[in-house]
Amino acid sequence: MLALKLAYRNLMGARLRTWLNVFVLSLAFVVLIWFKGVINGWDDQARRDTIAWQIGGGQYWQENYDPYDPFTIDESHGIISGKIQTAINAGKMTPILIGQATMYPEGRIQSISLRGVDPNQHIIDLPTQYLQSEDGEIPAIIGTRTAKNNKLSVGDFVTIRWRDVNGTFDANEVKITYIFKTDVPVMDLGIVWIPLEQHQEMTRMPNEATILTTSKEDGFIGDFPGWNFKDHYFLLSEIRNMIEMKSIGGSIYFIVLMSLAMLAIFDTQVLSIFRRQKEIGTHIALGMTQRQVVTLFTVEGAMHSVLAAILAAIYGVPLLWLQAVVGWSMPAGTDDFGLTIAETIYPSYSLALVFGTTAIVLITTTVVSYLPARRISKMEPTDAIRGKIQ
Amino acid sequence: MKNGQLITIKELVKDYPVGKGYFRALEDINLTIGEGEFAGLVGPSGSGKTTLLNIVGSLDVPTKGEVNVLGQSIGSLNARQSANLRNHSLGFIFQTYNLLPVYNVFENVELPLLLLKMEKDKRRELVDQALEWVGLQDKRKSRPAQLSGGECQRVSIARAMVKSPKIVLADEPTANLDAKNSHNILQTMEKLNQELKTTFIFATHDDKVIQYLHRKISLDDGRVVNDEQIIKE
Repeated sequence: MLALKLAYRNLMGARLRTWLNVFVLSLAFVVLIWFKGVINGWDDQARRDTIAWQIGGGQYWQENYDPYDPFTIDESHGIISGKIQTAINAGKMTPILIGQATMYPEGRIQSISLRGVDPNQHIIDLPTQYLQSEDGEIPAIIGTRTAKNNKLSVGDFVTIRWRDVNGTFDANEVKITYIFKTDVPVMDLGIVWIPLEQHQEMTRMPNEATILTTSKEDGFIGDFPGWNFKDHYFLLSEIRNMIEMKSIGGSIYFIVLMSLAMLAIFDTQVLSIFRRQKEIGTHIALGMTQRQVVTLFTVEGAMHSVLAAILAAIYGVPLLWLQAVVGWSMPAGTDDFGLTIAETIYPSYSLALVFGTTAIVLITTTVVSYLPARRISKMEPTDAIRGKIQ
Repeated sequence: MKNGQLITIKELVKDYPVGKGYFRALEDINLTIGEGEFAGLVGPSGSGKTTLLNIVGSLDVPTKGEVNVLGQSIGSLNARQSANLRNHSLGFIFQTYNLLPVYNVFENVELPLLLLKMEKDKRRELVDQALEWVGLQDKRKSRPAQLSGGECQRVSIARAMVKSPKIVLADEPTANLDAKNSHNILQTMEKLNQELKTTFIFATHDDKVIQYLHRKISLDDGRVVNDEQIIKE
């Protein structure tokens, strides 16, 4: 208690020197929490959007399907059995048929993934209602990235060439009926979505699909022969790995920021030990043990982080709250990197994040303060009183 | 502790290691100092005054011999007991004042009482009294940097006296002061000695201090060469 009282008095007495250190340390608090909040916000948003747009409650993959091996795509289609159809009719899943094709926008040749999806599905957020054919044309929807890359607009016709199940080439024009915007690039880049039945007919694969996406509420429905269920853990592994990589990058920021803040504290402490030798000697002469003086200096250093936490709360809470509401706009073109990332990321702060960061900074500051303070216990009181450098 | 004797020193030797050998700072010191004395350890630089004062103040330990302060053997005290002795019974006045620069006058004087874990009201009362003794009531909010050398030393006296210690140890208290301030300081200490019966022990070679002493203990090369009582008119 005495150490707390004296440490507080010493810090308040040092005025500007204290507040400079406290301000630097408070910046570390705010930036660390903000950065982790952004990563968390991105992680949340990426998971949420991927679930909403792509994977629902999980997917059944036809047993040959391997999204990383294009040579498997021709063989990756299976019959929608009666049991599966029952689940589809119950709104528990929706089938998607994936095939390879070539698109010829303005005479250019563009490899695409042609995907058939049920226009009436409500499992994923893909706006499939625009795939209703009204005028006999083949309706198609594409994402903004594909539209931009191929200079396509709503109402444009574009030639598509594909191979059916027997390997026979065929071609037709599709009409772009809608261009959607999504934060999930794998639903957009190089993909043309057409009605499922149309695709099945074009490829002569009636009643077949490549993947079955289940609803968020259902997930695993049961085992279907020839189909392998992929759960969230598997399907979100890419995002998880990406976030982990970003977290490692974040850790480097964390270490750099912490090092800067700790350097300020360490520097202050080391300077204090040398500059305040007389003070140390005086404390001993007045009746403190060296151990008590070490405690006083350690508490003094640690108190920097307590004051910094208070200062950080004063300006950091409104700042971080504002950022969480307004969000952080990503630079134009960020979504072209192929990452699931929104135009605006809304940082997400949890109590664990705030208290965890605070605890880490407090503990680190205390350790950093203690290390130089240990020297005091090696001082001769008589030398310290005279301010003799040791 | 014999009646009236606060400090008893018997055959004290103090050596400091120097390289592979040692330097003998004090040799065969035998002294007794009683309650209410106004005594000075007098001698040239290197004669061992400050070393002796530090041992009596429990800031250093004897190499040989016995130093008994207020019934406690300095050589056998552990760190806590030693700190306890300084905290409760000893006051220190330093040549360079050793005031804490970030504290104001009141806080500097209050510090020993905080270490004694005294109640706030009692602390305030004692600090006010100590500041009154040294005539610095109007400077309680000032910081040391805003005070003259004489004022700083008066704060230092107030800090030493605030807990009413049995013994005050003053190491060259006037070395950084001009003649006028030196006399003011010494008169203040003499007055406190007479009124409160506090024992003052000085380490000094300043004639201005020597003329106030009631007992002059002369040291040379670590030995007591003369010990005389001075009768004041």
